Amino acid sequence: MAGNVDALFIFLLIVSGLMTLLIFVAVVYFAARYRHQPGIPAEQIEGSTPLELTWSIIPLGVFMVIFAWGAVVYFKGRTPPRDSTEVYVVAKQWMWKLEHAEGQREINELHVPVGRDVKLIMTSQDVIHSFFVPAFRMKQDVLPGRYTVAWFRAIKPGTYHLFCAEYCGTQHSGMIGSIVVMEPAQYEAWMSGGTTGPLSASGEKIFSELGCQTCHRSDTQGRGPNLQGVFGKPVLLEDGRTVTADENYVRESILDPGAKIVKGFKPVMPTFQGLVSEEQLNALVAYVKSLSQSGQNGGETAKPATVVPSQGPANRPSKGK
Amino acid sequence: MATAIAQPVERENYLNKHYGVGSWLLTTDHKRIALLYLASITFFFFIGGFFALLIRLELLTPAGDLVQADTYNKLFTMHGQVMIFFFLIPSIPAVLGNFLVPMMIGAKDLAFPKINLLSWYIYAIAGILMLHCMLTGGVDTGWTFYTPFSTAFSNTKVIEAGLAIFISGFSSILTGLNFIVTIHRMRAPGMTWSRLPLFIWAHYATSIIQILGTPVVAITLVLVVAERALHLGIFDPKLGGDPLLFQHLFWFYSHPAVYIMILPSMGVVTEIIACFSRKRIFGYSFVALSSIAIAVFGFLVWAHHMFVAGISVYAALVFSILSYAVAVPSAVKVFNWTATLYKGSIRYDAPMLYAFGFLGLFTMGGLTGLFLSALGINVHVTDTYFVIAHFHYIMVGGALMGYLGGMHFWWPKITGRLYPEGWARLAALIVFVGFNLTFFPQFILGYLGMPRRYYDYSHMPEFQVLNVLSTAGATVLGVGYLLPMMYFLWSMRYGKPAPDNPWRAAGLEWQTPSPPPTFNFETEPVVTWEAYNYDEIDKGHKEVPQVVG
Amino acid sequence: MAVSSSSHEDVHNPALLHHFATEEQQRDASNLGMWIFLGTEVMFFGGLFCAYLIYRLLYFPDFAAASRTIDAALGGTNTAVLICSSLTVVLAIWGAQTARRGVMIGCLILTMVFGLAFLGIKGVEYKQKFDEHHVPGPSFNFENVPVPGHPDQMANPRHAQIFFSLYFIMTGLHALHMIVGLGIFTWLLWAAWKGRFTPEYHTPLEVGGLYWHFVDIVWIYLFPLLYLIDRH
Repeated sequence: MAGNVDALFIFLLIVSGLMTLLIFVAVVYFAARYRHQPGIPAEQIEGSTPLELTWSIIPLGVFMVIFAWGAVVYFKGRTPPRDSTEVYVVAKQWMWKLEHAEGQREINELHVPVGRDVKLIMTSQDVIHSFFVPAFRMKQDVLPGRYTVAWFRAIKPGTYHLFCAEYCGTQHSGMIGSIVVMEPAQYEAWMSGGTTGPLSASGEKIFSELGCQTCHRSDTQGRGPNLQGVFGKPVLLEDGRTVTADENYVRESILDPGAKIVKGFKPVMPTFQGLVSEEQLNALVAYVKSLSQSGQNGGETAKPATVVPSQGPANRPSKGK
Repeated sequence: MATAIAQPVERENYLNKHYGVGSWLLTTDHKRIALLYLASITFFFFIGGFFALLIRLELLTPAGDLVQADTYNKLFTMHGQVMIFFFLIPSIPAVLGNFLVPMMIGAKDLAFPKINLLSWYIYAIAGILMLHCMLTGGVDTGWTFYTPFSTAFSNTKVIEAGLAIFISGFSSILTGLNFIVTIHRMRAPGMTWSRLPLFIWAHYATSIIQILGTPVVAITLVLVVAERALHLGIFDPKLGGDPLLFQHLFWFYSHPAVYIMILPSMGVVTEIIACFSRKRIFGYSFVALSSIAIAVFGFLVWAHHMFVAGISVYAALVFSILSYAVAVPSAVKVFNWTATLYKGSIRYDAPMLYAFGFLGLFTMGGLTGLFLSALGINVHVTDTYFVIAHFHYIMVGGALMGYLGGMHFWWPKITGRLYPEGWARLAALIVFVGFNLTFFPQFILGYLGMPRRYYDYSHMPEFQVLNVLSTAGATVLGVGYLLPMMYFLWSMRYGKPAPDNPWRAAGLEWQTPSPPPTFNFETEPVVTWEAYNYDEIDKGHKEVPQVVG
Repeated sequence: MAVSSSSHEDVHNPALLHHFATEEQQRDASNLGMWIFLGTEVMFFGGLFCAYLIYRLLYFPDFAAASRTIDAALGGTNTAVLICSSLTVVLAIWGAQTARRGVMIGCLILTMVFGLAFLGIKGVEYKQKFDEHHVPGPSFNFENVPVPGHPDQMANPRHAQIFFSLYFIMTGLHALHMIVGLGIFTWLLWAAWKGRFTPEYHTPLEVGGLYWHFVDIVWIYLFPLLYLIDRH
C-alpha cells in the first residue's frame, strides 16, 4: 500500500522536477541570452495559438494520468478488504482508545500481526481528530457522531508512529501513539494475555442489559425487526428508501431511531442518546454484526436474510446480494 | 524625459495638495486610500511575521519549551488569520489596485470613491477588533475554525475573532464591487477590453471572486458565532448537526480566497515582465482568459481540502479531477511569461528580479499542488508540513514576491522618489534564498510525516535537523523583508526624485507626473494604441501622446 | 480642469459627481454597483439556504412538524404586505419620473408604513415562538409533537431545534435587511422632500428601489420554505 503511494510520489517528483528544470533553464537562458544590448530592440511576438493549445493540452493529458493513478491508489486505500480484522477506535481529547474485536483494549497503542488486513472503525467522543500512520501512508479523519473507516496491512514488523493529524486543542501534539506490528506467533502470545472476551460478547451483554431483546426478538413476534442476518444487507424503509445496514446505520438506529423506520414497523423505539458510551456503541455494533451469517464482515456472501415484521405485510429486502 | 535634479518648486500632486490628518482620514482620493491601506497592511504584516518568528523559534527544539501548548496554538491561529485576512487578501488589490486601476484605464477615480474610503474604515475597524482579540487572550482554533472544536470546545475568543474576520470581509467585497463597476463603466474612450493591461484583467477576475465568495464565509462565520453563543447545534453532532457542513461552507470561500491572493500578483508580474523585456506579453488573450478561467474554476474545487475528512469516494474523484483542471490556466500563464522573455531586451532591475523569483517559486508551489490533488498522495501528506510548504510557496513565494516587485516597480509613481537600486537587488536575492531555505525542508518534513500544528515533536527528534534549517531560513527571510521596509522609508525623504516614467514603461499611469495630481489626468486620455506598445516606445516615439480633449 | 468630452454649455447638474464624465455614466455605474451588491447578498443568504436545504433533506419529518407550528397566516399576510410595498416603491419611482411630487412622496411614505407593518407582524410571530418555547437555547422545548401524517411518531426535538435556529437566523437576517431598508428609505424620503429628485435625476430612488425589491424577493423564497413545509 505504502509502496503504491511512494511510486506515484516518485513519478510526480520526476515530472515536477523536469518541469521545474525546464522553466528554470528557459528563464535563466532567455534572461542571459536576451539581456539588453544597445541597438538591439526586442522582437514583438504576439503569440502563437498552436503553441498555446499544445502547452495546454499536453499538461492536461499528463494531469489526467496523474489523476487516474492517484484515484486508483485512493480507491484501494478506502476499500477495506473483506475478512479484515476489525478494530474499533474511539478518539478523544487527547488519546486514542482502541478495542480489538477479540476484546483486547489498548490506549495509544495498537498491536497487530504482520500481514493481516486490519480495518479500523473509528469515532470521536468530542472534536474531529485524524488517525495518521505515516509509515503506512494512511490517514483518516475521525468524526464525532459517526463512524469513519480506514484499513491497512503492515508488511514489516516494527513500531510505527501514530499521530493525530487534525488539530484538536491543547494537547494535539501529544495525541501520539504507536502501531506495534508483530510476528504472528508473538501476536498470539500477546493476545492471550488477558482479555475480557470478544467485543461482540460485551455487546450481547449490553443488548440484554438495556432490554433491547424485548422488542428485537429472534422470532417474528417482536415490536422491532429481528436483527439476525441484518448487518450488511439492504433494508427497506417506511418512506420507500433502501439503505444498507452498515456500522453508521446501526449506530444511528440506536441514537436516533426515528430517522429511519423499517417498513412495516411502528416508530416506537426510544432513543439511547446519552445512555450509551462510544465504547458501548462499538460493542453493540460488533454484536449486531455477529448476528449475520458470516460473522464479522457484514456477510455479503451469506444467504439473504429476511426481516419479517410482526404486523403488516411480510417483507423481504428488495435485493439479495 | 528623466530629470535628476530636484525641482525647486514642487508641483502640486496628490500628496501635497492638502495637509493634515483630516485630509487623509476623510480623503476620497483612491491614491491616498491606497496609502492608508499600505500603512495598515504593513502593520499587520509585521504582527503576523512576529507570530511566525515565535513559531519557528519554538520549533528549533523538539520539546515544547519556548511557549505553552495553548499559546502555540494561538500563535499559529493568529498568524494565519492576520496574514490571510489582514495582509494578503487586501495587499495588492487595496494598495496597488486602488492606486493603479483608475489610472491604468484613464479614469479620475474609482466609480465609488466614498465607498472606497468606507472599505478602508471597515478594514480598520475589523483590524482593531482583531487586535483587541489578540491582546485580550487570542484565539486557538486554527485559522480554519473547524467545528465542533470552535463552537463547543475552545476556551478562547472565537466569537471576537470570527466577528473581526466577518467585518473584514465586507471591506474585501466593497473593493471588489468598486473595481468591477470601474472597469466596466469608467474606461477612457478607446480603452477597449482587449487594450486593457493584464493587471486590470487580473484584478477583474479577483473582484469576481471577492464578491461571490466572501459573502459565503461571512454567513458561515455568523453561523459559527451564533452556534457558539446560543448553543444551536447546526454543526454539532450531539445536537443533530453536521461538522462537515461547516467545512464545505468554509472551503467554498477559502479555496477561491487563495486565488484572490495570487491573481493580482500574477497581474503585477505580467506588467513587470513586459516592461523589463520591452515586449508585449506573449499570448495576451490567453493570459487574460486564464485569469477568468482561474476565477471560475476556482469555485469548483473546494472539497480538495476534505479528501480525508469523511466525504464519499465519488465526491473525492470529482474534486480531484476538477483540481487538475484549474491547474491548467496557471501553467499556461507560466509558459506565456517565459515565452515573453524570448527575444526580449531584458534588464535586471529589482522589480524584474522579484518577477524572476516569482516565476521560480510559483512554479514550484504550483507543481506541488499536483501532488496534493492526487488522491493517493493527498491521504499521506494532507495535514502535514507538505501542505504548509505548498501554500507558503504560492502565497509567500508567489503573492508576496509579486507584491514586493510591484511596490518597487510603482514606487517612483506613488512617491515621486527612487528607491536605492543596489539595496533592492540585494534584498530580492536575500528573500529568494531565505524563502527556499525556510520552506523547502518543510516538503521533506511533511512527507516524513510531521503533522502540522504541532508545537512539540519530542517523540520524533529525527525531525529536528529540517526544522532548524527552516528556522535559519526564516531568519534570513526576515532580514530580506526588513530591508525594503527601511530603504523605502529612507527613500521617501532622501531618495532621488523620480522622473515621470523612469522605466519607460507602457501604460496610462506612466503618462502622468510622479507623483500624480489628485485627479490623475489633466485631460481625459483617448486611447488609440494597444497595450504594451514597447516597440513604439523604444523606437523613440515620444511617450505616446495624450490626445487633447 | 476636468472637462468631459461633452459640451461646455452643460447645465452642470450638481448631482453629477466630478469623477464621472456624464450623468449617464454615473447612473449606469450606480445601477451596476447595486446589482453587484445584490449579487453578494444572494451569496450571503445562499449559505443559509444551502444549510437549510441539506437539513431539510436529512430531517424532513421533523422540519415539517416544526414548520406547522409557525403561523402561516401571519407569514402570508407579511408576504402580501411586502408585495404591496414593492408596488408602492415602483409607484414612487414613477412619480419621480413623471414629476408627480405628491405621488412620489406619498408612495415613499406608504412603502415605509408597509415595511414597519412587516416588522410589527414579525415581532408578533417571534413573541409567539418565545411563548411556545420554540426559541433555540436553554428554554427550547419540542417534546411530544407528532410528525405530520404519523400521529404516533414524535418529532426529534434536536432536529426541530435546527429548524428553528435556521428559521430565526434567516428571518432575523431578513428583518435586519428590512431595517436597513427603512433607514435608506428615510433618507430617500428626506431627499425627495427636499426636491432632490427630478425626472432627469432620481438614481438614488432607482437604486434604493432595487434593494427593496431584493429584500422582498428573499422573503418570497423564505415564506414557502419555512412556513409551508408539507402543508396540504
